[in-house]
Amino acid sequence: MSSLDLRQLHDTEFPIPDEMQGNLAITSLSKVYNWSRRSSVWPMLFGLACCAIEMIATAAARYDTARFGMEVMRASPRQSDLMIVSGTVTKKMVVPIVRLYNQMPEPKYVLAMGACASGGGPFKEGYNVVSGIDQYVPVDVYVPGCPPTPQALINGLIALQKKIDGQSLANMDDVPWYGVGPSDPVPIPILGPDIIDPRQMGLIRQQAMAAAAGQPYGLRELPTVPMKIVSKTASAAGMVEVDAISVVDEAAEADRKARRQDAVARKRAFLAKS
Amino acid sequence: MTDQMIAPVRPETVDIDAAIGILKERFPDAVKDDTREGYGGVIVERGQLVEIATVMRDELGFDYLSSATAVDYLGIEDSMEMVYHAYRTTGGSPLVFKAQTPRENSSVPSLIDIWPGVDFQEREAYDLYGIAFPGHPNQKRILMWEGFNGHPMRKDWKEAYYEEEHKPFDSRWPKGMVRRAEELNVYGKNVEYPADFDLSRLSDDTESSLYAGMGLGVNVEALDNTDELKTDRLVVNLGPHHPSTHGVFRMVVTLNGETIETLEPVMGYLHRNHEQIGERNAWLYNMAFTDRLDYICSMSNNLGYALAVEQLMSRGMRYTPPTYRAEVIRVLMVELTRIVNHLWAIGFLLNDLGAFFTPALYAIAEREKILDFFEATAGSRLMCNYMRFGGVFKDLPERIHSTASLLNDKVRDFDTMQYITELITEALPRAVDELDRFLTDSEIVKTRTIGVGYLPAETAIAYSAAGPLLRGSGVAYDVRRAEPYSIYPELDFDVAVRYNGDIYDRYLIRIDEMRESLRILKQILPRLEHTKGESFFAGNKAVYMPRVALGEAYGRVENPKGELGYYVVSQGDPKGPQNPWRYHVRAPSFINLTALGQMCKGQKVADVVAILGSIDIVLGETDR
Ligand code: SF4
Repeated sequence: MSSLDLRQLHDTEFPIPDEMQGNLAITSLSKVYNWSRRSSVWPMLFGLACCAIEMIATAAARYDTARFGMEVMRASPRQSDLMIVSGTVTKKMVVPIVRLYNQMPEPKYVLAMGACASGGGPFKEGYNVVSGIDQYVPVDVYVPGCPPTPQALINGLIALQKKIDGQSLANMDDVPWYGVGPSDPVPIPILGPDIIDPRQMGLIRQQAMAAAAGQPYGLRELPTVPMKIVSKTASAAGMVEVDAISVVDEAAEADRKARRQDAVARKRAFLAKS
Repeated sequence: MTDQMIAPVRPETVDIDAAIGILKERFPDAVKDDTREGYGGVIVERGQLVEIATVMRDELGFDYLSSATAVDYLGIEDSMEMVYHAYRTTGGSPLVFKAQTPRENSSVPSLIDIWPGVDFQEREAYDLYGIAFPGHPNQKRILMWEGFNGHPMRKDWKEAYYEEEHKPFDSRWPKGMVRRAEELNVYGKNVEYPADFDLSRLSDDTESSLYAGMGLGVNVEALDNTDELKTDRLVVNLGPHHPSTHGVFRMVVTLNGETIETLEPVMGYLHRNHEQIGERNAWLYNMAFTDRLDYICSMSNNLGYALAVEQLMSRGMRYTPPTYRAEVIRVLMVELTRIVNHLWAIGFLLNDLGAFFTPALYAIAEREKILDFFEATAGSRLMCNYMRFGGVFKDLPERIHSTASLLNDKVRDFDTMQYITELITEALPRAVDELDRFLTDSEIVKTRTIGVGYLPAETAIAYSAAGPLLRGSGVAYDVRRAEPYSIYPELDFDVAVRYNGDIYDRYLIRIDEMRESLRILKQILPRLEHTKGESFFAGNKAVYMPRVALGEAYGRVENPKGELGYYVVSQGDPKGPQNPWRYHVRAPSFINLTALGQMCKGQKVADVVAILGSIDIVLGETDR
């Protein structure tokens, strides 16, 4: 929305006299507040890895995030609203990232761009890789892809705008920075023999005690039911039938199938029309 | 007098075998042929390594140490070894030499006095393998942080999410059972702590060990005795979050006033364990990972890795070299990548000089057109994963859809050949000329860059600099000519070289190289037409998952950023599932940084970002 369209803003039942139509709009404060916030989300100028290249391409001429009021990339966390975590988060780097996150003023949002930032991605098993930034800071939008195309990133940014639109000033849970006050800073991880999340200190201490007492430590009891990813029968591909209890919820599965068929039918109908 | 009449052979020009002969003659006890199956070069007694290396450099003319890396042979020989590849800057193949050390208390004398370029590589070997380098002045961890538990690349070190040695993991394939690694770990994270971990003495000494030994503090007496302006020494951290470090690179700079006294690069913020993951992967899987090394030039990374593995494959039976069309397509992709990279590098160099984003916008606009072509061919804009051992995985498409505004802004459907012809003969030359016209004579660019970040030729060679950094200093060394690969011998192009060794010359080199690339591409076009319909892949799909012979191989290509080399060792069972025993990447960005401190000394702090920009690093490759 480049200029304020009064007709769009006007969303109350309140009658406006004829002679003032076009000059006056009555709306909710939340709407104006959110409209101005969603149209000026300033991302932090902050690239981590390969995804950052696509982030730059998104900001550049062809894809142009200026259309969303997001072209103003700030190098300082103090001036930014959105942290696009664009790439692999390593243990060494997560310390500055958490620090930067804590320095951003509220309201602040985090967008995890790409497989790495969302869950470790192709490098997940690496000894220096954090399996997703959400292990340390809360994430608002996840954008899948390796790297996500600029279109996908824009889709993520629009999702963020929708999220902002949905926040109401009337609900203090939505806007805690007005109600309960700013959120607590995320404790900064420590680089010890391996990275240490201060929130896990108790657990680490417990495990260290177990180790000192000669008990098994570090590993968790295996869950009894492993997740079943492929559910092919023995005849289908000559594979061994997995003899674990299936964790697939039948009802949900049927529901999903029905919805998918619906969607396919809709698409067919649409294609037939055009 | 007779000596001179038979024209004595100059030892610095003899070929590798003769050079090895001379070495063995000089050091009969300390130099032995490496006779293991599939290996080459010599094994050098580590006690005499420095002495022998001096002879190599001074008498045999191997003035350029390209790569130095460690290999852990646990379970095979119970030793570790350092593998070195030395070249002559006049061209030719490498002299490979190795120094072995027991795994316990391992140490190999440092070669930093002979070839200062091994600095970071030895630190890396110390960090990841725990090999000590007596004689190294700054033996600290480089990629991991000080205090990290263990040396992760050793074969007996297991990461927290460890499953099995080889992929594909038996647990996941073909049975399809999977437990998420986080579920098994009690912390739900990718961490593990040593059994004797003492929480009460927890200290984060990463930073203090960094600052110790930087000679901070002021010598008050010395200050009082000068007439100069009294200034305090100041430490400034640039990065890892800094808009001009091209990623997550960090420089700790000590300033005297505005002048730089020391500059210490700190890296590892994007160390994502490429090599260790690569050693668990089957040969093919690494192809996709090479994309993510230098993520601007995925195509040329692919090529280097394919060359290395093809070398190994060629020693076995049933190997067909890549077809001619495959080679043509490879060169097409690689040279387009070079243009992509140089456009990007120049755009962002201007960013670093203060012309924020406008020049970059112009540069990127042209790059998008090339990416459209990559996307249509390989399926992805950035991470192309396009090459295979024996060719490429897909032919060029018949038609491509692109939004590129070659003619106007509509989404159009082009004939591929027409599209790339237009790109190569019109759009790209125009773009290069445009950059040239706007930037080369720009008063501001000239004042900011001429004479700044000077790197003399000898220093560049000593520091193992590569690519535009080396050629900008007057050393005409280009792997495409020095040790040609693919179809480069039949192509007509010049090695760009400039002689002043400053930022401006490195910028000019990039413009020159883009023009040379365009010249190559113009020769590629008729070859593409010519080979249309021919096979783009040698052999059948089974070559995708090759069984390679035992041994080592080193494949290197001239990447846009410099010499990219892959050192691979195969120790696999020739019948079973195979994965590399050692997979090492000689990353140009990483090694080019060795010279950064040298170049910045005595410059102003504002020039640091420009100097860094002129090296053109990418962190995926630096930290791997
Ligand atoms: S998700 Fe893929 S492209 Fe993005 S940072 Fe990770 S490896 Fe790179």
